[in-house]
Amino acid sequence: MTTPSTTSSGSGGVTGAGSSGSPRSGLPGQRGSDSKPHRPADYRPREITVGFLVGRLIALGLVAALLVFGLPPLIRTDNWIGVGVLVAAGAGIAYLYLSRRHVPLKYLLPGTVFLVVFQLVPVILTVSTAFTNFGDGHRGTKEEAITAIQTSSLEQVAGAASYNLSPALKDGKLVFLLVPVDDKGEPLLDQAKVGTPDGLTELPGLTDANLSLTKQLSEVPGYDILSKPDASARGDEIANFAVPTEQGAIKSSGLSKAVELTSVRDYDAACDCVKDTKNGKTYTADAKNGYFRSADGETIAQGWKVNVGLANFTRIFTDKTVSGNFFAVFVWNFAFAAASVLTTFALGLLCALALHSPRMRGTKIYRVIIILPYAMPSFAMLLVWRDMFNKDFGLINNLFGWHIDWLGEPMTARMSLILVNLWLGFPYMFLVATGALQAIPRELTEASSIDGATAWQGFRRVTLPLLLVALTPLLISSFAYNFNNFNAIKLVTDGGPYAIDNATVGATDLLISYTYRLAFGGIAQLGFAAAVSVIIFTLVAIMSIIGFRRSRSLEEVYS
Amino acid sequence: MTWFKRTGWRHLIAVLVAVFSLFPIVFVVSAAFNPLGTLASSKLWPTGASAENFQHLFDNTAFAHWFMNSLVIALVSSFASVFLSFSAAYTFSRMRFHGRRVGLLALLLVQMFPQFLAIVAIFILFTDITENWRYIGFDTPAGLLLLYMGTALGVNTWLMKGFLDTVPKELDESATVDGASHVQVFFRIILPLVAPILAVTAMLAFIGTMSEVLMANIFLRDPESKTLAVGLYGLVAGERNANFGMFAAGTLLTAVPTVGVFLYLQKYIVNGLTAGAVKG
Repeated sequence: MTTPSTTSSGSGGVTGAGSSGSPRSGLPGQRGSDSKPHRPADYRPREITVGFLVGRLIALGLVAALLVFGLPPLIRTDNWIGVGVLVAAGAGIAYLYLSRRHVPLKYLLPGTVFLVVFQLVPVILTVSTAFTNFGDGHRGTKEEAITAIQTSSLEQVAGAASYNLSPALKDGKLVFLLVPVDDKGEPLLDQAKVGTPDGLTELPGLTDANLSLTKQLSEVPGYDILSKPDASARGDEIANFAVPTEQGAIKSSGLSKAVELTSVRDYDAACDCVKDTKNGKTYTADAKNGYFRSADGETIAQGWKVNVGLANFTRIFTDKTVSGNFFAVFVWNFAFAAASVLTTFALGLLCALALHSPRMRGTKIYRVIIILPYAMPSFAMLLVWRDMFNKDFGLINNLFGWHIDWLGEPMTARMSLILVNLWLGFPYMFLVATGALQAIPRELTEASSIDGATAWQGFRRVTLPLLLVALTPLLISSFAYNFNNFNAIKLVTDGGPYAIDNATVGATDLLISYTYRLAFGGIAQLGFAAAVSVIIFTLVAIMSIIGFRRSRSLEEVYS
Repeated sequence: MTWFKRTGWRHLIAVLVAVFSLFPIVFVVSAAFNPLGTLASSKLWPTGASAENFQHLFDNTAFAHWFMNSLVIALVSSFASVFLSFSAAYTFSRMRFHGRRVGLLALLLVQMFPQFLAIVAIFILFTDITENWRYIGFDTPAGLLLLYMGTALGVNTWLMKGFLDTVPKELDESATVDGASHVQVFFRIILPLVAPILAVTAMLAFIGTMSEVLMANIFLRDPESKTLAVGLYGLVAGERNANFGMFAAGTLLTAVPTVGVFLYLQKYIVNGLTAGAVKG
């Protein structure tokens, strides 16, 4: 069992490279001890060496740098929680590396910080997302959804005011100079206005002299009216510019006209609903699902993010289309991972055995060639394999004169994938098996052959069991890795081939690539995808733990 | 017949496997030098030799930028992650403290949650970081490096801990008796002893980082900040037939540093990979 740190407590001191390494003074009381006679007899004060000081200074410098670079943006945006966290972290780090205690933590902290920030926090966020309906249409808060509904329902209603527009700059910011026009198209100069993102203000004292031939404002003191080319250069900005009004907003229509738009859908806080003045329906807020829903069941596409509890998880198992896919994908996923481990291990071991003989010549050159696939960039080789399997111009069909659609049929696509993965993975197993073989004393196999065992029996009964003891942990990690081997699927088949009637899941999809498509393909269902991720994680963890338990390799933890 | 039984079968297997492992590589080489540069015209044996594909690669894409980005990111991240991982392994192997067992198990478990499944969360996280600290946000190598550091602890820590357990404790104990601090034991005694294994682990991390395409693809959007993997993937993602020659040329150039380091460190690799595992 664990015991409190004893080996190194009190021998602390971050000594830098310049440390002189002066030995600990064996004489008690050289420095300061005389003045404190009540200290235990075996107390030996540490000398303050140059290295000790340099180490402390480096630690302090790093903390200072962290605060100097990290704090200003947080203060600027009034993020006081962030400021608090950062200051606390800085203080903690400074304390840890200045004190002589907590030695193990000194070594663990750097890696752990990265692990927590860039691995653990995202994992926790993902898990918490799994209980929400986060995704397209459910991204923000309810307020954001209401604003989005109102702006997206802006429409030009009959009799709405229309304006001659002159986009202009005031202090470098875009504004609209607006002159209302009557039914006959005549400008009403006395009602000219300036539109900003904050609203409308009057623009008095204008005469016809301010108008151009097209009856737009061409010169107004204090405003820098944009010329046609300048205005078109800012076309996007002008198109997105909205001047809020009581009924809705004034938006540009082209570069020289603007119209007042009325929002058809309006939120009414009293009934917590959205009223549609056009079709007369009332959409009531459904707080459970994050939708506005009308009496006849119609929902507005724009919803908001809410907690849905276990709904995502139950959907995996109850929704027929999903659960049917999920089970089929899981079976193939398991088969793929198992086949990958078995084939790579078998071929790697075979090579290792073949080259493991003192009589064998040329092992060096063989070994170099066999590990070459491992040294090639794997993403590129996956794409090369994909193209070698291409039906029309692929190397394999070219060489043999075949016309097989390798990646177009479920079975051949699966076989191809396992072959590709074998090519990429067997050199690793070869290296590992070679190392393990070298660690097995030759006397063991010699003894078995003296006892009359054939070479095969010697291998089967002596060598293989010893190998497996040593390599099981690596085989289990290899299984876990291949279970989530997204690269191989994404780059070679992209999950395909797909059945004609089912575009959401392909014949070679792994759970992870299936999840990826759920999350990012088409309508993003990030909450649901997160739930599937949690399930995948649980599955892999359970399978690995069983594996480790059975191989007893976790015993190392207890030592 | 006896020759075959003794060593002949070994050669037979070795030759067959060598052919299997070589033929895609030969195909890449021949496609890279194929003057037509399309997939349809690429054969196993070169049908001609020209450097045209390489020329196109440097003229039409930001290949040189990609290469430098990848090299810098992969070098820094592999060395940094090995250092972080080794520090942790040193603690787990040499010190006894509260939470040691939990820590080791937690490392094993967290590692099983594929980082990329958390991609949405990472995206949100880095959107915030980009707003506050531009220089470690999206499109910066520094940001991507930080992200890679998140996976530094993990399987490697286990492997290194296993290896460190095989280094006799008496070595550092005697150093401590001679008055060395734990830092001196770490840097002057242990580190030199296991340097070859660290080199191998760093090399494996290097190769892994050079091939990493998913995170980098989401992270780096500016053409000049891309890594090799992202850039080359972009070449054949759409126009797979026409750009194949350029892609093959790029693959070949990408392989030069990795294969070079691999061959150089070859004799250490076997020990490095298995040292941790074989001791049982």
